[in-house]
Amino acid sequence: MLTYILFALVIGSIYALLAQSLMLSWGLAGLVNLGLAGFFAIGAYASAMATTWHHAPIPAGLAIAIIVGGAVGLLVCISTLKLRDDYLAIVTLGFAEVVRVVASNEVWLTGGTDGIPGVPVMVPRDLGLGFHAGTLAVVVVAVALVYGLQRRLLAAPWGRTLRAIREDQTVASVAGKSTVRFKAEAFCIASAIAALAGALYGHYTSYVAPDQFQPLVTIYIFLAVTAGGNTRPAGAVIGAYALVAFLEATRFLADLVPGLAPVQAASLREIIVGLGLLLVLSVRPNGILPERSQKAPAR
Amino acid sequence: MEALLQTLVNGLVAGSLLAVPALGFSAIFAVLRFPNFAIGALATAGAYGAWLANVGLGAPIPVAVAIGFVVAGLAGVAVEFAALDRLGRAGHLMKAIGSLAVGMVLENVIRFAFGNDLKAFDLPLARDIVFGPVRIGPQQLASVGFALAAMAAFWAFLSLTSLGRSMRAVADNPNLARLKGVDPTVVALVTVFLGAGLCGVGGTLIGLDASLDPLTGGRILLSVFAAAVVGGLGSIPGAVVGAFLIGITEEMSSLALAPAYRLAVSFAVIFLVLSFRPAGLLGRAVR
Repeated sequence: MLTYILFALVIGSIYALLAQSLMLSWGLAGLVNLGLAGFFAIGAYASAMATTWHHAPIPAGLAIAIIVGGAVGLLVCISTLKLRDDYLAIVTLGFAEVVRVVASNEVWLTGGTDGIPGVPVMVPRDLGLGFHAGTLAVVVVAVALVYGLQRRLLAAPWGRTLRAIREDQTVASVAGKSTVRFKAEAFCIASAIAALAGALYGHYTSYVAPDQFQPLVTIYIFLAVTAGGNTRPAGAVIGAYALVAFLEATRFLADLVPGLAPVQAASLREIIVGLGLLLVLSVRPNGILPERSQKAPAR
Repeated sequence: MEALLQTLVNGLVAGSLLAVPALGFSAIFAVLRFPNFAIGALATAGAYGAWLANVGLGAPIPVAVAIGFVVAGLAGVAVEFAALDRLGRAGHLMKAIGSLAVGMVLENVIRFAFGNDLKAFDLPLARDIVFGPVRIGPQQLASVGFALAAMAAFWAFLSLTSLGRSMRAVADNPNLARLKGVDPTVVALVTVFLGAGLCGVGGTLIGLDASLDPLTGGRILLSVFAAAVVGGLGSIPGAVVGAFLIGITEEMSSLALAPAYRLAVSFAVIFLVLSFRPAGLLGRAVR
């Protein structure tokens, strides 16, 4: 039971990193990243390849994941930043699908659908409970570091500019801010954070395969961020842990309904998650922790 | 050369099947101004409706296609007014995200009811028709006919009826249309019904071409987006031109690449068009 709780907390912390990534791009910069699962995958693969096949130490693997994630993020967003926001949504959605197709088919590069087994773990596995607790400690430190970084960025003029751009691009550019540059920077940092989450995930499960990066993950994180509040790092973190509690609860809920085939139980859970997102979006679009600022009254 | 000709024919068939949902997606984008990510699941819903009518009730294929249209259209209207409409107040991006969630719910409702097994329509076995070096299945030919008929009917609706004219007016300039007394709610309702219905027809035709499972519609989502983006998002004739271009490009790419990469081809096209000509071939300039 303790193992189960620790496992849920590690996953919750990894989701907290993903949620902070989405908070930065969507909540602050207004850039909807529907390809979060793709950046998560890129990070997991980058670090797993470097450490498993090229025997790089894990910190180097994490650094590589961050760099690759940020670079790919820049590449993906750069063509659509001058266009309406929905174009980026379409491009990122497609990007995540392409990552999965490439990961499943380029066996020479990624191991194909068999994935990469034997990814080194951060804490020796034979410690049993200690393995989970130790990994949790590492991941929580990562969450805290990213949280601190986000708080700094938010308080800095950079964060203010970003919010100004989100609210009104024209005003921001009249004030002399390069909207494209700020948005690109935000998206790049956000992608790097998502990739870091992926790398840590791979070093926890010690196995990386295309199936782990379903578009479903993106929906989960949208639910977490909307529920927690999409403009505050603390909201994103709280939302992520609440999400994992909610997901685990739906697991028990699906077990309670008698006579369900496994497929039906799985689809029932996804239905609940989807309805949950729709509900939160329409009832509490600002989340548990709404934005603190001197915004003009709601339209 | 023969392989090339055959691929071209396959591309034209794929393009005409793709054009129907692309038309629906573009119409919804033009009038309601958000990319509806639920169209894949709506296409699947229509296809399952048609399949039930065909296999369960013994309806002939043309009737089943019509039922696919109605089922998807009603499902589209239901989700628009039950869920998406209220999200629209917080902006079009909220609606886009909401539509992704709607798509996921719909897809899983279908999976819950029918499982993941492949379903096939009740079709007579028939020999391919051979024109010189090119072969084509009679069902494919019929499907192209249905697709062309659906497109023609939609075009006639847009240009000949007053509701169709109102739709184009709202797409062109919503404020001006409202000043002229066009009721935006009615136009939105009709657009969503027709757009989702066209997606349902597209899903049915694709199900007829191969088989049906809960991901049938989701698999064409990127190709539909690619078609709409190439033609210019929100442009009705653009969606049709784009669909044929994407259909042919995807089939041509299958000569050189693994079939799984069709999706990557669509993505590459979206990416290149948005980088170099974001208005698409026939779209208006975008901001």
